Amino acid sequence: MKTYEQINERIASGKAVVLTADEIMDYVDKKGLHAAAEEVDVVTTATFGPMCSSGCFLNFGHSKPRIRMSEAWIEDVLVYTGVAAVDVYLGCTQNRHGDPANMYPPGEFRYGGGHVIEDLVAGKTLQLFALSYGTDCYPLREIRTYFTINDLNQAIMVNPRNCYQNYNVAINRSDRTIYTYMGKLEPRQKNGNYCSAGQLSPLLNDPYYETIGIGTRVWLAGAQGHVYAEGTQHAGGVARTPEGMPLTGAGTLALTGDMKQMRREFVRGVSFIGYGVSLSLGIGIPIPILNEEILRRTCVRDRDILAPVVDYGSEYPQNTGKIICHVSYEQLRTGRIEVEGKQVEVGSLSSYYKALEVANLLADEIRRGDFLLAAPIAPLKRDTKMKPLLVREPPR
Amino acid sequence: MSSDIVTKKLMFYFPQCECEKPIVYHLVKDHNLIVNIYRAKVTPEEEGYLVLDVTGTEEAIQGGIEFVKTFNVTVNYSGKGVIRDEERCSHCGYCVPYCPTESLNIADPAVRKVAYDEARCIECLACVRICPYGACASAF
Repeated sequence: MKTYEQINERIASGKAVVLTADEIMDYVDKKGLHAAAEEVDVVTTATFGPMCSSGCFLNFGHSKPRIRMSEAWIEDVLVYTGVAAVDVYLGCTQNRHGDPANMYPPGEFRYGGGHVIEDLVAGKTLQLFALSYGTDCYPLREIRTYFTINDLNQAIMVNPRNCYQNYNVAINRSDRTIYTYMGKLEPRQKNGNYCSAGQLSPLLNDPYYETIGIGTRVWLAGAQGHVYAEGTQHAGGVARTPEGMPLTGAGTLALTGDMKQMRREFVRGVSFIGYGVSLSLGIGIPIPILNEEILRRTCVRDRDILAPVVDYGSEYPQNTGKIICHVSYEQLRTGRIEVEGKQVEVGSLSSYYKALEVANLLADEIRRGDFLLAAPIAPLKRDTKMKPLLVREPPR
Repeated sequence: MSSDIVTKKLMFYFPQCECEKPIVYHLVKDHNLIVNIYRAKVTPEEEGYLVLDVTGTEEAIQGGIEFVKTFNVTVNYSGKGVIRDEERCSHCGYCVPYCPTESLNIADPAVRKVAYDEARCIECLACVRICPYGACASAF
């Protein structure tokens, strides 16, 4: 048994024993659970993939004369201005103004909110254009200027939902090619796509949220951020395997961090043909080895994790909730799964290679004493379910 | 020169059209080459390109190239019609199932880094259209 304080002392003195979630299984197999739990202080987990519920608050500072922006665009991408005068929220799935979207399907969606966020982090000069109705205190009606992230007072990433605990494997059983946020899916289940770091993924290494909670310090694209709330659609109360692996999406995290500290290679705008734009993020979360049970759970392997296979040709868009079957990440990693007797070639939208890089970078930061752990100030809920949106008659 | 039969990937650039001449015909007929065209765009009054495999003896291929060069055509031996930007690639592996020749593949399943075997690429451009990161681009 260890405490957060003891682990942080060891980190601060540069003596912490840190392994990645990719290394820990073999280590525990070799040393035994009891001895390994005594020895290991932290296991680092990570993920890298598209996370649509991401964005950032920016503060521009005040112009002379002042403006209360009522509509604004960065590089022609609309930002939300329904907050204070020169604060805006830039969402990663916002299309660029004038993008024909799916007018002539499938659209290309070459540039949007996610790309603006990447360009900001990369230090590029971007255009701001804003309009206002004008007030006595904010008389300016229009502004066009150019800025970099260094000109901003704050650039704070605020992501309502990241790190989905588990995710669907998308296939298409219809008879036409479809374009989805899970990629291009050929008809008659010719191919499929999945999206999780599996055995390296944060919430699969802490399935019951024993260490990851509100207040946990995380590695968000290179910045030291934290979990500020449960993620939207967090549903800790879903069905699980006896080992606690959720059989559907389950837990999510709301994360925040200072974009000025982020690294461009872990903040990437993405374009999904026929669907839209998004943002891929690299996220690392340390798990403190407080006891043997927590260590045992970090030893989860791809073969223990089951992903639901869902038909995006009809069941997903119609929200029927139907799951065709479950397949393990071990099967998914072979590039081929079997769905009701038929072989389906599968690819990943989440990058295990990049996730490993993040897990190792975080492990190095902890070993150097540069990244201390923060104990949660509140746990994530384990018993909640996800509610649907009901279409109701107007109230009388 | 050796009489062994080899296959080489070549790229011909046509500056403002030399397309009146039946170049491929002469490569086959006069230089005894087997030709497999991946991509071609040859339009009168415009720049054009031709990406192809030629199979024959070293000598025959060399002769064919010399012949093509007499038409003010630039010959590129690297045959790179698809350019992969290693820096933009996130190695997610999404492209792998769409690549019909396994030119894009995961060599080491433990690290899952995406490798690009240029020699196997037939320039179908599937990766160019679908890569969310824009890591693959076409030279033309």
